[in-house]
Amino acid sequence: MSRLPKSAAEIREQFGPTLAYTSGMRLDTGVEPDKIVKTHCCFCGQQCGIQLKVYDNQVVGFEPWYEFPFNKGKLCPKGVKRYLQGSHPDRLLHAMQQDSSSPGGFRPVAYGAAIQRAAAEIERIQTTYGPDAFALLSGASLTTEKTYLMGKFAHMCLRTANIDYNGRLCMVSAGAGNKKAFGVDRAANPWSDIIGTDVVWISGANIAECAPITTDYVWQAREQGAKIIVVDPRITPIARTCDLFMPIKPGRDVLLFNGILHLMIENDWLDHDFIEQHTTGFDAAAASVKDWTPAKTAQATGIAERAIQQAAEWWGTATKSFLMHARGIEHHSHGVQNVLSAINIVLASGRIGRPQCGYATITGQANGQGGREHGQKCDQLPGARDLASPEHRAHVAGVWGMNPDDLPMPGVDAYEIFRKIDRGEIKGLLSICFNPLVSLPDNGFVRAQLEKLEFYTAIDFFLNETARYADIVLPGSLHEEDEGTVTQVEGRVIKINKAVDSPGDAREDWRIIQDIARALGRERGFTFQEPREIFDELRRASAGGIADYSGITYEKIEAQDGIFWPCPSDDHPGTPRLFEPGSWNPVARGAGPFYFPDGKARFNVAVYTSPAEDPDDEYPLFLTTGRVVSHFLSGSQTRRIGPLVDQYPEPRIEMHPSLAEKMGINDGDWVTAESRRGSVILKASIVRTIRPDTIFIPYHWADRQSVNQLTISAQDPISKIPEYKVCAVRIRKEDTDTAAGAVDG
Amino acid sequence: MPKPAEYEFFVDSSRCIGCQACLQACAECDTHKGISLIQLDFIDRSVSTQTAPVVCMHCNSPTCAEVCPADAIKRTEDGIVQTALKPRCIACNNCVLACPFGVPKMNTGMNMMMKCNMCYDRTSVGLKPMCASVCPSQALYYGTREEIEALRPRSRPVNSFQFGRQIITTKVNMMVPLEEPLNFVKMARAMYDAPPAQDMTDDPLLANMYTE
Repeated sequence: MSRLPKSAAEIREQFGPTLAYTSGMRLDTGVEPDKIVKTHCCFCGQQCGIQLKVYDNQVVGFEPWYEFPFNKGKLCPKGVKRYLQGSHPDRLLHAMQQDSSSPGGFRPVAYGAAIQRAAAEIERIQTTYGPDAFALLSGASLTTEKTYLMGKFAHMCLRTANIDYNGRLCMVSAGAGNKKAFGVDRAANPWSDIIGTDVVWISGANIAECAPITTDYVWQAREQGAKIIVVDPRITPIARTCDLFMPIKPGRDVLLFNGILHLMIENDWLDHDFIEQHTTGFDAAAASVKDWTPAKTAQATGIAERAIQQAAEWWGTATKSFLMHARGIEHHSHGVQNVLSAINIVLASGRIGRPQCGYATITGQANGQGGREHGQKCDQLPGARDLASPEHRAHVAGVWGMNPDDLPMPGVDAYEIFRKIDRGEIKGLLSICFNPLVSLPDNGFVRAQLEKLEFYTAIDFFLNETARYADIVLPGSLHEEDEGTVTQVEGRVIKINKAVDSPGDAREDWRIIQDIARALGRERGFTFQEPREIFDELRRASAGGIADYSGITYEKIEAQDGIFWPCPSDDHPGTPRLFEPGSWNPVARGAGPFYFPDGKARFNVAVYTSPAEDPDDEYPLFLTTGRVVSHFLSGSQTRRIGPLVDQYPEPRIEMHPSLAEKMGINDGDWVTAESRRGSVILKASIVRTIRPDTIFIPYHWADRQSVNQLTISAQDPISKIPEYKVCAVRIRKEDTDTAAGAVDG
Repeated sequence: MPKPAEYEFFVDSSRCIGCQACLQACAECDTHKGISLIQLDFIDRSVSTQTAPVVCMHCNSPTCAEVCPADAIKRTEDGIVQTALKPRCIACNNCVLACPFGVPKMNTGMNMMMKCNMCYDRTSVGLKPMCASVCPSQALYYGTREEIEALRPRSRPVNSFQFGRQIITTKVNMMVPLEEPLNFVKMARAMYDAPPAQDMTDDPLLANMYTE
């Protein structure tokens, strides 16, 4: 049984988060680095180039990498201080097993014994309950090599259908929408196409805090005359000086895009030739927006009618444009519909597949793109192939040297894995690069499911909040302790280089997976000696697929500052811009630039359904969640880096002064926010930059500071993304004594 | 590569997103001993996300040096006003009080004044300062005048600042809108402006919200 071995406070005492600051060699200016390693940041999907200074097998600082073309030396605060995650006091140096008599509830065990125990439990659970009773949860911050190996480990070694990944909480609505409309899931353009456009449309993307390096691209576009349109319930820093800000009511994005399409049709701001030659489905989409007049759109979206008219006019009359969105429109129970409606206004404009005519989702995680292409997603095989397709199964099984019939069929998404635990269908779990107790919605439910597992093993470098429930913890590698590739926001495959060796018994994650395969007596296919060998097999497995990496090599990546997939042959330069006129792809085979047999993009009727839980009399406010600039995702790394914690020490509840006044709340007061699922007590931050009917809480914190105690586990029916961006809450002022007790406990 | 002397520093607060990458990176400069010497403040977070980064402006006639009784603050030939010389600084706070831009800060732990020295170890050998290197919005830009003119056609650099009757010229430039008629920045102007409107007419959020 997986239980907390000690109280959370006792575990924190032993395993942190402890705050690391610059000290010792890192402060000593006399230290000449042994080497300077060109690599990339470990955090978000921008994947900024950075040079790490290494001395005596420690990362002691950084130097900007001015030559890397995407960021040219620029970094956000997370990138600047990322080096402090190395040589950290909380670092897991040994395998551990739960032991309530040990300090912090865990005692070190020999690595080999821990692997044997994990393998024996996997074997027992799968023999007793069937192969699908053991599930894997993986992550999109891993290198593509590791994500490929995780998919192969699930499908070939364990033969379980149940593997999914934390990209389920991130990019899947965009991915599903892109596949429906374009037949391929990748940013359509390199970021250089942002500069020189007439209009940059940003919907639901807090660029300044979540993708800071993109800011300079947006500002540079404006320097050259572009209008910047931002749609968000909050005036985020990128919205502060935009040309048009549309304060949308949470959950209404599809209505806004449909209203814009309505105006484009009414004013004939359409590219008829493009629509005729390169798309299908326009008439049905047009019919579906017929009723969405500006007046009706304004009422439904909460945006002033003249702002909608202005946005439509700028968008409609532009000759070049770039539309970007992120989790703000994707984290919804109708996230895919939001994405499809956004793509509709791009297709109607005909502005795609040309220089300065672009469209992209801003991928969130380090390897958000590569991590969703090569088989750790529940329905997928390498090369963005489908696990349900007989043809695709045959290809990959051929590369893996197995019978296609032995591959499992598609499994379920990450949240459904927990529901299957609840139903007793899943009994064992292995997690890596995923902290669901902090990052999944309605996490009280997640906690209850962890307690039902017969066996849980976690691979990590710090003891994250979920791993506290593990029977066995295996010490994995930090980003700078391994090499491999990731695919960043533009679809550019880049190289992560190793700077230091793992300390103690810790080792590269792919070795740990292979050690478990060997302990299971199924090491065939899991005998790679280095990441390059995994990558070379991945190239063969992806060959001929949509995400074709077959022509990419480590050397080519270094020589060209990254390679944009698809890159189907050794002499192929890569594909920075998708959908160019006359371009070839393996689905259309010359019929057209889009990835369907007829080569045409699809308009889709984008249907509005209200959020799963809109405000009502009992819970009258919208709660929306998101990130702050100095923290990353579940905070497992950034909550351990002192200067980043100092910058944003604790979550606060952002609310408008008119709401605060009504509730008798002053800035800094303790406030309870409560939903039908849970409550949290945090300090108020009273600002005029948020809609009066909405509160915002960032989600990077754990335990009693976790906003995911409140969020709803409603999911998009297609992408299965949870609805983090909307649920109904109420707030009340809390007296100081109650608040202090609740927070400390 | 142009010679270091041709590089200049340009500040454009309208680009600033308040991310504090500059603050975090400033402490990483070898001569700053882990201490951040750049300042970044919200103007008024309750109203706006507007922030303003403040580096040392490196005045041509630095007030901080003029008021220093210990002659601890030197302006080198390249126009950089250096941080206080440790053996001379008596931690009297004169410079802290006198600087019109509010740049020098007393470091009580080290018992001396410290301030931005434009990453002298870097800029003196042709490297960019840390803050402008990392700045994601390029509100802080370090490069040549030709580069900034090509990159920023909507604004122009100004390096004169009016405080009361005094006009101070500096090595560091501030970007002002192209249509701005003055060739100097009136630093105290905002003190005499009306406070921001508290109703819908001038509120960028409420003004664009739907009303019945």
